[in-house]
Amino acid sequence: MTESFISRGFRGRRQSGTTAGRLPPGQYETRDFPVLSAGPTPRPSLAAWDFTLRGPGEAPAARWTWSEFQALPHETVTRDIHCVTKWSKFDTVWEGVSVDTLLAEAKAQGVEPAPYVLAVSDGGYTTNLPLADVTGGKAWIAASYNGQPLAPEHGGPARLLVPHLYFWKSAKWVRQLRMMAKDAAGFWESLGYHNYGDPWREQRYSGDT
Amino acid sequence: MNDGSVSAAPRTAAIVWQLATVVDVIMETPTARTIILDVPHWPGHRAGQHVDVRLTAEDGYQAQRSYSIASAPQDPRIALTIERLDAGEVSPYLTEVLAIGDRLELRGPIGGYFVWDAAREGPLLLVAGGSGIVPLMAMLRHRAAALEHADMPARHKVPARLLYSSRAWDDTIYRDELARLMAGDDALDVMLTFTREPPLRWTGFRRRIDRMMLAEVAWPPAERPHVFVCGPTPFVEVAASALVELGHDPALVKTERFGPTGGSV
Repeated sequence: MTESFISRGFRGRRQSGTTAGRLPPGQYETRDFPVLSAGPTPRPSLAAWDFTLRGPGEAPAARWTWSEFQALPHETVTRDIHCVTKWSKFDTVWEGVSVDTLLAEAKAQGVEPAPYVLAVSDGGYTTNLPLADVTGGKAWIAASYNGQPLAPEHGGPARLLVPHLYFWKSAKWVRQLRMMAKDAAGFWESLGYHNYGDPWREQRYSGDT
Repeated sequence: MNDGSVSAAPRTAAIVWQLATVVDVIMETPTARTIILDVPHWPGHRAGQHVDVRLTAEDGYQAQRSYSIASAPQDPRIALTIERLDAGEVSPYLTEVLAIGDRLELRGPIGGYFVWDAAREGPLLLVAGGSGIVPLMAMLRHRAAALEHADMPARHKVPARLLYSSRAWDDTIYRDELARLMAGDDALDVMLTFTREPPLRWTGFRRRIDRMMLAEVAWPPAERPHVFVCGPTPFVEVAASALVELGHDPALVKTERFGPTGGSV
């Protein structure tokens, strides 16, 4: 119905040659770093902070305190990120621990993997992902941005970083990854947003193919 | 928030693009314009939700943005109020080029968290910075429409307060309608604060929103008001953090932020 529609008088701003091809459909580039979150910014103390990786059901969990987490091998990654609210930001630089590293440590402690994970954050936020999307060098628990400790409004002390999916999947203030035998919708996924959220297929809302 | 609980993935129909027609435009301030739209297949919305707007140039180039709905769910026409951003790609078109009779492609409604329903009793506290007033206005209009024939005791079951920060009187969106709504409703309070140029002889607040102001304006945390905060990111960070410090349950403080981490309202 709308394929031939043209907005009278709209010219728009084309992408530059260097960024063409890096913007998923419906996105625009921003140089700022916008902040989106559904509630107040939690400010946990690092002394009380921990991160856990839990097996499916009531299975045992691997746990790291802040200093134990900081002692794990860190990686620096540079990635483009894409928010469902339409902005994309190129070449963001993060430092964090690969989820692969955490999973390997957890497995040594008897935590079994499962096909899905739920990220659980301070403040009650959750988001669900297939295990395959957080393994194989695709996801990190990031604690620094641009060489600085991650600011609270951007998810500090640590957030999940899954740059190949819309950025709501990169849960701020993450405290736990919970293995799930069956997929279950997280916070935005149960409020009308897409269950998977691939920006290149423009999977913004539930019902988008 | 949902305390880490999860539900089965919902199966919902796709939110499809459709063509709306501009039936009216209203200049609200020198930089903000309301567009009134007739949307033939509008499925209805809840106060606080938004739409995605898509513009298409002659060569097929497209740009999308999200805008909050300003109209009440009871209103058959959809109102969007758009603040013109000087460096913007889409807002200058919507505020300066789009005219009555033009068509506009949109899809929605979107968002299921930053929403309020008048059937929900208890105090409603709205905190707006700049054009953050827009989704909160939908809530006030929804409340007014729901209570149109209600008596005072019924109104007092859903008392509402709006604290609205803008730079100057001329930048205050919906100022006349807010005054009208308040004049006819004992259970509604509208409090303005001006960060740059308060009107002459203004006796109200004349500073950025802070903890002391929120302590003065908000219901005590024990009354468990439903709080909605919308505005530029630094504004929302300050307001939401202050409310939590004052003892409000973070789960009752819903926020919507826009723009980068630096801002001026």
